[in-house]
Amino acid sequence: MGQKALETWVGFFILLAIAGLVMLAFQVSNLTRYQGKRTYDVTAQFDNIGDLKVRAPVTMAGVKVGQVASIALDPKNYRATVILRMDNTAHYIPNDSEASILTAGLLGANYISLTPGFADQFLKNGDVISETHSAIILEQMIGQLLFSVNKDKTAGSDSDNANKTPN
Amino acid sequence: MSNALIRVENVSFAHNGRSIFDNISLTIEQGKITAIMGPSGTGKTTLLRLLTGQLKPSSGHIYFDEQCINTLSQKELYKTRRKMGMLFQNGALFTHLTVYENVAFSLREHTQLSESMIRDVVLLKLEAVGLRGARGLYPHELSGGMARRVALARAIALDPMLILYDEPFTGQDPILMGILVKLIKELNDALELTSIIVSHDVPETASIADYLYVLAGGQVVGAGAPSRLVADNNPHVKQFMHGLPDGVVPFHFPAGDFMADLLSSEGEQY
Amino acid sequence: MITFVQKVGRLGLSICTELGRASFFLSKSVWRKPRTGKKLHLLAHALFNSGVLSLPIIIVSALFIGMVVGLQGFNILNKFAVTSALGSMVALSVVRELGPVVTALLFAGRAGSALTAEIGLMKATEQLDAMEMMGVDPLGRIMLPRLLGGFISLPLLTIIFCAVAIYGGNLIGVQWLGVDAGAFWNNMQSSVDFRLDVMNGIIKSAVFGVVITWMAVYQGASAVPTAEGISHATTRTVVYSSLIVLGLDFVLTAMMMGGW
Repeated sequence: MGQKALETWVGFFILLAIAGLVMLAFQVSNLTRYQGKRTYDVTAQFDNIGDLKVRAPVTMAGVKVGQVASIALDPKNYRATVILRMDNTAHYIPNDSEASILTAGLLGANYISLTPGFADQFLKNGDVISETHSAIILEQMIGQLLFSVNKDKTAGSDSDNANKTPN
Repeated sequence: MSNALIRVENVSFAHNGRSIFDNISLTIEQGKITAIMGPSGTGKTTLLRLLTGQLKPSSGHIYFDEQCINTLSQKELYKTRRKMGMLFQNGALFTHLTVYENVAFSLREHTQLSESMIRDVVLLKLEAVGLRGARGLYPHELSGGMARRVALARAIALDPMLILYDEPFTGQDPILMGILVKLIKELNDALELTSIIVSHDVPETASIADYLYVLAGGQVVGAGAPSRLVADNNPHVKQFMHGLPDGVVPFHFPAGDFMADLLSSEGEQY
Repeated sequence: MITFVQKVGRLGLSICTELGRASFFLSKSVWRKPRTGKKLHLLAHALFNSGVLSLPIIIVSALFIGMVVGLQGFNILNKFAVTSALGSMVALSVVRELGPVVTALLFAGRAGSALTAEIGLMKATEQLDAMEMMGVDPLGRIMLPRLLGGFISLPLLTIIFCAVAIYGGNLIGVQWLGVDAGAFWNNMQSSVDFRLDVMNGIIKSAVFGVVITWMAVYQGASAVPTAEGISHATTRTVVYSSLIVLGLDFVLTAMMMGGW
């Protein structure tokens, strides 16, 4: 094999690897979310975000419209401050929409679902979603269930109850 | 001996605790064909490697062209080796390169010659060994004798001062042997080389060598012109030069008494 | 008992000497004045030998491994009715573990053994000696380009492996088993992080590339110059480098998981 053919093959090999890397970056992983699309940020505060993670999807009517950019604890009111990075393509969301943290399937990961409001104004960069619903924590739910079944018993707060057997 | 190209002075060499050379001295004269002979296992190839600096002596000095080979740094050694060519036993051609590229190898590595000049030099060297027509072949397509001739062309590509032949006649048919003998002689005279032949093929070597060294038991046991050595009375030299089966070099590998060995009942495992 | 301890001691010492020799060998080959330009075609040659020639086996195995992971994953996820997570499952397992490790093992078998055999044969046929005699350092002319070629090839092969394997999973999951394509890719994108998953996988494969190539070239250069010696060296290359890859994979994964 001549030097030329050999170099062509090596070039082909390197190009193939670059194509693979591009595919891994933009189709397989989430690199596109940061750089590919134009976005705007809105903030929402929740009492409890449960198992919500950074990069969890934000959806409206089941359609993905953005993702969670950061999660932090507000030092003043001890609520979770979540920054939602919304895609610019979804720029028509009413600014009185509600945000709730839901779970995909019974055991799936948490995500944020937006329910549209009725305002004429749309959400824009820096806005705050005031109407929020916390994540449903399974242990708390069980605790509340037990609490309502045993009304006559005095009980401590939430999750401790789950461990006590009613008798 | 004013025109000595190589001087070996009081060199001893031991490998793995076994002494191979014990305080030997010899000189190789410029422009001559010097042969180093001796039975197998006397360290002829080791001596060659000492001369080229691939091995370092445990004591003593080796001078090549008034440079002490065994104290040179790696870089200087590589530089010095450009003045030497070596023909390995089986040619040692680079198997992934063609005959042409093999000969061109050191030219490409060490010179800044243009492609057309490299071509001229390579064709000249190949013509000298009679293999200009085989330049497109790969080493595995060559016969053993052809491979050795290509290796010879490669060894003289940089016009060295010295060329070393490691067992050039081993395993060759009589015709090829004749060709090689002729080539070595002609190249030595035409290029004003100094040649060192390490061999145990007495008649061929003796026919072209100007000077012979016979090694045995880590010592130089005989030195002189071939005609003088044939008549030498040293038992080592005599046995070697005339090819006697038994002599000072015993037929038997050292062992205990044969009868005692047979009668011993130990179940030894080898 | 004493002899056992003595044997262990001797083994430890011989491992240490061997390791030391191999390190010297690597540093002597790699740390030298770069003479680029003239040597570039040697690197191209090495890349061809260890990279391009490994492509067929890498692509075919990647396709099959992707399809198998897709099939197995579908069956498990189907029990929990979350087949939409198939994409992220395939991508994560391939990008984090299967890609770097399987590619490294195949590379050790395909390119590593070839390197050892080639260099061992060069040694046995005195080609390395001949080169030294011509005033050319075989460490720079033979070993260095092969080492660099191996260092570069393996990460590239790993990237290709991952891409092909994910398409293999897509082929089975989406085209054959009917998982929704949007869910497949979308879930994948939201769960695979470029830096934490993809880059870490590539870093792993770069480490494996160094270890395998180093092992292969060193084994070749230190092989006993006989037919038997070369075959032993080739076997050693494949066995040792496979074991080291698996061990190192554990260590690297633990380091990366520990928030590295």
